[in-house]
Amino acid sequence: MKQMLKSCTALTLSLGLAAPALAQEPLKELGAGEGALSIVAWPGYIERGETDKNYDWVTEFENKTGCKVSVKTAATSDEMVALMNEGGFDLVTASGDASLRLVAGKRVQPINTDLIPSWKTIDERMQNAPWHTANGVHYGTPYVWGPNVLMYNTDAFKGEPPKSWNVVFEEMTLPDGKSNKGRIQAYDGPIHVADAANYLMAHKPELGIKDPYELNEDQYKAALDLLRNQRKLVGRYWHDAMIQIDDFKNEGVVASGSWPFQVNLMQAEKLPIASVIPEEGVTGWADTTMLHADSEHPNCAYMWMEHTLSPKVQGDVSAWFGANPSVGAACKGNELLTDEGCATNGYNDFERVKFWKTPVAKCESQGECVPYHRWVSDYIGVIGGR
Amino acid sequence: MTTVAESFPLPERRGTAGRLSDFFWRHPHVLLAILLGPPLIWLGIVYLGSLFALLLQSFFSIDDFSGLINYEFTLATYRQLLSEANLDIIIRTVAMAALVTLASAVIVFPIAYYAARYARGKGKALFYLAVMLPLWSSYLVKVYAWKLILAKEGILTWFLAKLNLLWLLDAWLALPIVGGSSLSISYTGTFIVFVYVWMPFMILPIQAALERVPANLIEASSDLGGTPAQTFRHVIFPLALPGIVAGSIFTFSLTLGDYIIPQIIGSSRLFIGQAVYAQQGTAGNVPLAAAFTVVPIVIMGAYLWMAKRMGAFDAL
Repeated sequence: MKQMLKSCTALTLSLGLAAPALAQEPLKELGAGEGALSIVAWPGYIERGETDKNYDWVTEFENKTGCKVSVKTAATSDEMVALMNEGGFDLVTASGDASLRLVAGKRVQPINTDLIPSWKTIDERMQNAPWHTANGVHYGTPYVWGPNVLMYNTDAFKGEPPKSWNVVFEEMTLPDGKSNKGRIQAYDGPIHVADAANYLMAHKPELGIKDPYELNEDQYKAALDLLRNQRKLVGRYWHDAMIQIDDFKNEGVVASGSWPFQVNLMQAEKLPIASVIPEEGVTGWADTTMLHADSEHPNCAYMWMEHTLSPKVQGDVSAWFGANPSVGAACKGNELLTDEGCATNGYNDFERVKFWKTPVAKCESQGECVPYHRWVSDYIGVIGGR
Repeated sequence: MTTVAESFPLPERRGTAGRLSDFFWRHPHVLLAILLGPPLIWLGIVYLGSLFALLLQSFFSIDDFSGLINYEFTLATYRQLLSEANLDIIIRTVAMAALVTLASAVIVFPIAYYAARYARGKGKALFYLAVMLPLWSSYLVKVYAWKLILAKEGILTWFLAKLNLLWLLDAWLALPIVGGSSLSISYTGTFIVFVYVWMPFMILPIQAALERVPANLIEASSDLGGTPAQTFRHVIFPLALPGIVAGSIFTFSLTLGDYIIPQIIGSSRLFIGQAVYAQQGTAGNVPLAAAFTVVPIVIMGAYLWMAKRMGAFDAL
């Protein structure tokens, strides 16, 4: 379970290169299954009921198609790209940044959506999402997505949800009469700079930030200044969902950016925890199932992609991960997700989610931006107190 | 003059195995080479080779625009390593390692002394068991357990509240640098857990060194009128010093390289191990990660050289 959360951490990311890939021909028609299928996935993404027997979306697939599924878990996007470059796998559940890197590196092949009957059931908002579509060609099927919400302690906020991210960026007195200093957390990953940029987008329009992942030097500096200010308020940054839960329980933390996953877990324990999507909007992540260019089991792979798009599987994965399905029908009548599950996980707030992608030097909105590796070294400095 | 073959007392043996055996008998160096070759190749290529490959990376740099590695010799990465934020990480880690080592030595010495001089029979077996026991349980379990102990609403706070000593904890946490919003979110917490986790590595070498201090020297010292303090200062401590230095190699190097404890307990400020992990994992800045790994290698090189001069390896 913890592993799978770590992976979520790594889900950070998305996109970057919009380089056109020379289109490989997609599969024309489906044959019989090859009897095997190997998938590179985030830990916890492919469950066969071993952690919790209610969460199993592999056994049924194996019985139906005869394709024996083997999973290789990867903890970071970089690892996923490395594994796919190495070869020998059929599918990968790539996050935004890995996905376009794989397309640019020609490690994945375009898919023939006609061979996936459920393609038309995919949420329209996801069908042509830029993280799996290059030049109008689709390189995979959407899996699940989720927002990074503002999680808060309802006791500290006296039942009144915070309206803005300012509770984790500016020093202030919370409704319970005490300062927020030492009682808030922030994400321990450089991608958190984007959250700061997102906040500035709404509160300092004069900076002209158009996209929180595309920052020029001035905008970037303003974001870092905001984060330096935040450092004074934050005791510990979080990177592991279980540790964050523990900090909310035992360390008196009352507000932080978080995933619906932690919120659901703590609410299940009847703790005074809730989450909100503040007025500035939020960042988020979205993953795609992609097919390797040299896949040895393409028929099984197509069957798996079709299988993952069934409302049942989509709902189960979403319930397990605190994510949102890419197929709208999954939101109704799923036993594990329940009818409220989608709303809880942020399904209706798609428009307000700015999906994670890797900042690159050559950016679309303003030509030249601060690249990701500088985000990394500078964020280390910010946390270190520089 | 007779040749070796002529003086050979037995006729050559038949069969492949026999001839092979004779061959090895006559050419002992070949046998040695065959036996030692594979492990040496392993050490040379897999261990040293990969290490040098990594070190070589530190002389490359990362291209600011594309994020790709530029394979040209440059010292730019080292300049980056010496930037303020990165120097902070190095100083923080070395200071922590030094303090942990010092504290371990001070705490451990009486324990080791007792075990070496007074514990007998079952008591001694029990002592070894008590020292080794924490080493047998999972490192992660121990660290997470400590997180709960040190938490703001944890056992320690509860205990201090019962004793009406909470003001003491609050006063300590209000201090700059060592303080924080709770023990598990401060350098103090990181320090406590480091000391706990690495202490067994200090006990055993010190105890071994103390056992080698001849009892008659201690008696001679007191016979000559030395007070216990003088005996300790002039006899026991100098003779046990190699053991302390040997133990400190463990505690120092292990603290220097650890990247899990400061990640779970502490204020999120990075240590060297975490910096390497972050730079090569998430940032893809392998040159800087490699440059960071050079730091502990250099420090440990100097440390081992010093330890050797102080006789830490004489008893090996």
